[in-house]
Amino acid sequence: MMGLLDYFKTNKSSSASIAKERLQILVAHERSVRGQPSYLPQLQKELLEVIRKYIDVDQDAITVNFEQDEDRETLELNIVVPDNPTKHT
Amino acid sequence: MARIIVVTSGKGGVGKTTTSAAVAMGLAKKGHKTAVIDFDVGLRNLDLIMGCERRVVYDFVNVISGEALLNQALIRDKHCDLLYVLPASQTRDKDALTQEGVGKVLEDLSKDFKYIVCDSPAGIEKGAHLAMYFADDAFVVTNPEVSSVRDSDRMLGILSSKSRRAEQNLESIKEYLVLTRYSPDRVKLGDMLSVDDVQDILSLHLLGVIPESKSVLSASNAGVPVILDEKSDAGQAYEDIVARYLGENRPHRFIEEKKGIFGKLFGGK
Repeated sequence: MMGLLDYFKTNKSSSASIAKERLQILVAHERSVRGQPSYLPQLQKELLEVIRKYIDVDQDAITVNFEQDEDRETLELNIVVPDNPTKHT
Repeated sequence: MARIIVVTSGKGGVGKTTTSAAVAMGLAKKGHKTAVIDFDVGLRNLDLIMGCERRVVYDFVNVISGEALLNQALIRDKHCDLLYVLPASQTRDKDALTQEGVGKVLEDLSKDFKYIVCDSPAGIEKGAHLAMYFADDAFVVTNPEVSSVRDSDRMLGILSSKSRRAEQNLESIKEYLVLTRYSPDRVKLGDMLSVDDVQDILSLHLLGVIPESKSVLSASNAGVPVILDEKSDAGQAYEDIVARYLGENRPHRFIEEKKGIFGKLFGGK
């Protein structure tokens, strides 16, 4: 009886495997944010405002990455510019 | 010099106090003079789990504020001469603990004790912070459940950045996983995260798995650390954990389903 139940229940969509997948994504994200300076979200927001004065970009067109190595910190800024970037003035 | 162990988790209700009581008793029973400290100021409970609630006269906060001597506040366990309990204050709030005060108490205890077990409160506020700050080793108590695993990971971040060892660039705190309330049959059915799942996410050194067990509630009802219930699976699991922590090499138990014919037929329930 148990064997039969196992056959049906132990598959990809078991609740435990969903839990694991959700946790892996969440924990990876939270770890990446952990060492970052607290000003980062505000910096990202203000940068976006400045860029939007000149170029019509999406909310998610800008990514800010902060990385920490042994002896240096890198702030990486990535802006995806659309095909026809002229701002409607 | 004593070795300072923090029992922590972030999330509440996962078994920190049960683990603190069992581990402290286990260490003392192995012949090491051990103190166990309740850091949950305002919500003390270690005294109840240890069965010494009626013998509390002075507490941790009294010692820090100079109202009592350490020797007056320490309660000798009635089952083991080498085990002492330092209860938390029930009336004061958590701001009564100061880093300096806690540091001084731990330093004084270190002269006389081999192990100091710090039972952390839930959350990441002052009490939890001070419980882990001076630690050499951390027992991260986790349930195989999403919010507990997430909070444990958060605590690991705090251990590696906000502790004394982190701040003074010393060798980092040794972090161990204690996976509690584990049900092998539910894992087999795919209803519960397995040890391997949790390890894939947290990648800690596994000290042991404590199976979901009726004996844990019975033990807390009686005010006797569950490790003294030598016939119970949870008691044996904690005994294994203490032995492994002390360097013994014991194979892991309680990860697989019980193997009896009866268990096979009815899933061990």
